Amino acid sequence: MIEISNLQKSFGSLEVLKGIDLAIPKGQATGIVGPNGAGKTTLIKTILGLVKQDGGSIRFNGKELDGDWLYRRDIGYMPQVARYPENMKVSELIEFMKGLRDQEAIYEQELITQFSLDSELDKPLRTLSGGNRQKVGATLAMMFNPPILFFDEPTAGLDPRSSHRFKERVAKEKENGKTVIITSHIMSELEQLTDHVIFLLDGRIRFNGAMKQLLTESGEERLESAIARMMDSPEEQAAPANEDGQQFLSEELKIA
Amino acid sequence: MKNLIHIIKNEWRTLLRGKWVIGYALIFLVLAESLLRFGGGGSETLLSLSSVMLLFVPLVSMIYGILYIYQSREFIELLLIQPVNRGVLYWGLFLGISTPLMAAFMVGTALPLAWHGILGVGAAESMLVLLLGGVLTLIFASLGFVLGLLFYEDRIKGFGFTIVIWLFLAVLYDGIVLMLIFSFGHYPLERFVIVVSMLNPIDLARIMVMLEFDISALMGYTGAVFRRFFGTAAGSLTAAGMLTLWLAAPMWWGLRVFKRKDF
Repeated sequence: MIEISNLQKSFGSLEVLKGIDLAIPKGQATGIVGPNGAGKTTLIKTILGLVKQDGGSIRFNGKELDGDWLYRRDIGYMPQVARYPENMKVSELIEFMKGLRDQEAIYEQELITQFSLDSELDKPLRTLSGGNRQKVGATLAMMFNPPILFFDEPTAGLDPRSSHRFKERVAKEKENGKTVIITSHIMSELEQLTDHVIFLLDGRIRFNGAMKQLLTESGEERLESAIARMMDSPEEQAAPANEDGQQFLSEELKIA
Repeated sequence: MKNLIHIIKNEWRTLLRGKWVIGYALIFLVLAESLLRFGGGGSETLLSLSSVMLLFVPLVSMIYGILYIYQSREFIELLLIQPVNRGVLYWGLFLGISTPLMAAFMVGTALPLAWHGILGVGAAESMLVLLLGGVLTLIFASLGFVLGLLFYEDRIKGFGFTIVIWLFLAVLYDGIVLMLIFSFGHYPLERFVIVVSMLNPIDLARIMVMLEFDISALMGYTGAVFRRFFGTAAGSLTAAGMLTLWLAAPMWWGLRVFKRKDF
């Protein structure tokens, strides 16, 4: 569904993405992890077309993206920080998005009920709490029922109840065959929601594979400890030969 | 096209609800009203009004443009990830915020002129002042947009440049030109002065006002040279043509930056 090859991006002299090769097949739930500044957000923003790459290519359903914009009909994105025009009401924002996307918002009511946003609909967005704004963001991302969903640290500002409902919702979307991509620093959340892990370190992919594989290879039980070990000791992790013959590290890193 | 209108409409509604555009219109209303009351009818009143307009409109428009970019960063990013062309989005946002500002100036100024009967008597002059204010609004709002996009991360720098550019174009420019003329008075400077005055949209607008009102004493050096060189009609036309170029240039620049920018 999304194929990325040798993706590069620098901001000034700072190389953020140093040649990313990645394929995200349809229906896969992927968690993107990595330390702050590893390039997670830049990677997502490049796929979304917010950031223009310096080199490499992104193919979407087999078609190379080059200033395209229609492919975003298939994408729902929930940003890390949800801020909207202050004077707009929630209902107006939803109407505005509906007019802009020209797609049927089949899950509009369902999501509003699920996130208990009914009482907030007539309030201006500036009066909403951070968590409620996050929920509005989640509603906007999912209501058009797009086949691909991006969530950038989705539960950071949600209370436990909302967070639980959000995860239930994402799990349901996953079951319905949606491609889900989540970045998060909360590893337990990724364990629940995703079955595939991409570990970014310093602009390169350190690990790309099934969650189970990562756990067996690192000998840890929890994702958190496995990732923490990878972050702590990049050298040590580069050394062990893969006993079961599976490729653990991306090619570039071995060369480097 | 549908999306363009949709975005513009949305900006209008949000702005009107913000109420301060209405405040901006009220300022011009009070200003025009008091000038008309205390200064009598006459072209002097329109002239004073245009002087205030030449100083005030560029500053407010530019600050407004840059402030919009800084305030709406997340919203712009939300729009950018929708299936919308970047060009359409740029024009939607720009026209959506600059046209209410333009309308606020025009309506606020025109109302007192209308009920004092000036719009009927000095139709051409009043129209010119209103139109120039509108054009300057668009020019400087788009300059504000450009500055906001260029200094997306560095707000202090963005605002700094805004103030400096305004100070330079609205206040210092004429003084610098005069100084140059004073220092190099022995050389034939007419062509140079004409070129220099064309590089400043506020100067162009001022020249057009002065040519229309035909007040040599207030024309300033650039205005006088302009009239001697082109004559009133051709001078006005040249100035209007240059102003149109000025209108197109920052908008096009903004569009270019917007299309290539990493958000």
